[in-house]
Amino acid sequence: MLDFDKQYIPLDNWINDFIDWLVAGYRWFFQGIKWPVEFTLTGIEHGLVAIHPLIVIAFFTLVAWRLSGVKLSIFTLVTLVFIGLLGLWQATMITLAMVLCAVVFCTVVGIPLGILAGRSNRFDSALRPVLDAMQTTPAFVYLVPIVMLFSIGNVAGVLATIVFALPPIIRLTSLGIRQVHPELVEAALAFGATNWQVLRKVQIPLALPTIMAGLNQTIMMALSMVVIAALIGAGGLGAPVIRGLNSLDIGLATIGGLSIVLVAIVLDRITQSLGKTKQNN
Amino acid sequence: MVKIAVKNLFKVFGDDPRKGLEMIKSGKTKEEIYEQEKLTVGVQDATFDINKGEIFVVMGLSGSGKSTLVRMLNRLIEPTAGEVLVDGENVLTMNRAELVDFRRSKTSMVFQSFALMPHRTVIDNAAFGLELSGADKAKRYERCATALKQVGLEGWENAYPNQLSGGMQQRVGLARGLAVDPDIMLMDEAFSALDPLIRTEMQDELLKIQDHDERTIVFISHDLDEALRIGDRIAIMEGGRVVQVGTPEEILQNPADEYVRAFFRGVDPTGVIAAGDIARDSQPTVVWHTPQGSIRATLELLNTRDMEFAYVLDSEKRYYGIVSTDTLREALERGSTKINDAFITEAQAVQVTESLQDILPDVASRTWPIPVVDENNVYKGVVSKNRFLRTLQRAGDGTHFETQESQANPQPEQEPAHA
Repeated sequence: MLDFDKQYIPLDNWINDFIDWLVAGYRWFFQGIKWPVEFTLTGIEHGLVAIHPLIVIAFFTLVAWRLSGVKLSIFTLVTLVFIGLLGLWQATMITLAMVLCAVVFCTVVGIPLGILAGRSNRFDSALRPVLDAMQTTPAFVYLVPIVMLFSIGNVAGVLATIVFALPPIIRLTSLGIRQVHPELVEAALAFGATNWQVLRKVQIPLALPTIMAGLNQTIMMALSMVVIAALIGAGGLGAPVIRGLNSLDIGLATIGGLSIVLVAIVLDRITQSLGKTKQNN
Repeated sequence: MVKIAVKNLFKVFGDDPRKGLEMIKSGKTKEEIYEQEKLTVGVQDATFDINKGEIFVVMGLSGSGKSTLVRMLNRLIEPTAGEVLVDGENVLTMNRAELVDFRRSKTSMVFQSFALMPHRTVIDNAAFGLELSGADKAKRYERCATALKQVGLEGWENAYPNQLSGGMQQRVGLARGLAVDPDIMLMDEAFSALDPLIRTEMQDELLKIQDHDERTIVFISHDLDEALRIGDRIAIMEGGRVVQVGTPEEILQNPADEYVRAFFRGVDPTGVIAAGDIARDSQPTVVWHTPQGSIRATLELLNTRDMEFAYVLDSEKRYYGIVSTDTLREALERGSTKINDAFITEAQAVQVTESLQDILPDVASRTWPIPVVDENNVYKGVVSKNRFLRTLQRAGDGTHFETQESQANPQPEQEPAHA
């Protein structure tokens, strides 16, 4: 009968064949995906690295002050100076560039998808299992095909980050659209709003706080991928952590990890207050 | 002149509404259709005309299909079958662009839940309709300033809806409806969420606006009092059918069936509510054979108190008759001095024990409040039309009815809602 010591379904081989076939035949397609990401990433990265650290620090401090207040701006100032003093400024800027780049693409792709999912039940139920898979599949599983398709480096790191960080902004955009009271949509329609006007004048403005929460979550998820992305050769704050891990250098791994946490806190607080200012309106 | 003609309009909710339609036509009831096919019949075979410039009230209990009906007039709900002709043009055959244009130019709507945009200021809410049709900002604000003035909201232009009380929020809703200067205004239970005092105030406001604008208003209500107060004509709906259409008087005097009658009878089958229960001593009385009871003195009394009718009693409070300012003046002109020459001849008192059903014809047909007397002909007060209808409404709502002792406390105005 069945002998479970033998493999009857060689799914792993099939997948390997499939990936080989993809790499061989559809290189142009993956280059097409890679190119805009690479372009955006190098742009942001060069910008952040080239600008004098003090200007970058001043900019973030100012943004924190405008959006939240004195407390957050002082925290931002101290944190960024501290990271600079740890000698991790450049790594931090690379990480920031990768996170920003991933978030830009997540936003550009995620908000329209979220709006579609919010307005169509059918699209929503089709999208849902895909999002579940994106969030639950261990990153290590898709690191290998990503490396095969896009080779190692920062761009591959960003692409892996996008896969992981995209779902929250889609989900929360969809939720935000769905949470708009049906009476408000009905009222807009009764006064002769087109579908586009309903979206632009009613649904998006009212969903904005929820969309902002989604953006915040996407940023946090992107930051949590920094170390994993470093496994496939991405630079930034993940690199000292991986190096520390490999050489049992606890100190190096710790300052890398600490910097990630600090950057995460700063970005989280800033984006949270972004959502709140909109809400208070 | 007919503004809106509704012809054989049907709405069936569910997966296969056509099937439900066939079942209705083959004589199946709403319940059978739900039982067999899980299809809900919203409106069946509604046919009526709405005249230009009238307030047409659609009345019915919840679930009677009145909200569905009004939403089919501007196709917020797509009818299953039938015709809606506005100025002779069939709304149901319009394509998307025509429909959008129809909604922008001809109709507006006021909602029970107000449905104001919380992220917009009062003036931007009021300007919403104009904004959709692409009017520039200066023109929008100019038109809205007029609309806000009409509803008494000057000075609140830059407030947000959550800073306003319920009544004020609905004024914004009303201003939004008026700002586009529509031919037809659809009002879906527009005042039902407001407490009674504010509701009455808003009804007056609407009547005042209607005085010089003459729009066609379709007003949905479950409140009999409201329907009678503002409606030029009333349609009564039950289970998706329009069971009667007529003026308030016609419906009061000739209810089409048991259901319509039930509105006026309330839920009290034993007739516990009697004339004496709701009689109120709200009208001026004069005592016969005294100087104060002379024709001149009575007329003087009515003029100073700005009332129309006086009730003539003797010193034992026994009821003798009703005089009006008109009959008193006529009697004076004839040179009469005795007040019984000025009695309204048709006036009759009802007994305290008579049920509301019994006194209905009198209340409905007389312009004066009906006097109520006990078995010894002692005057106990009057029942006015308003009081009568209020009582029925209370009874119909299943809540207590007002008696002379317990008068309903008006609720404080709604707290501003917090977003």
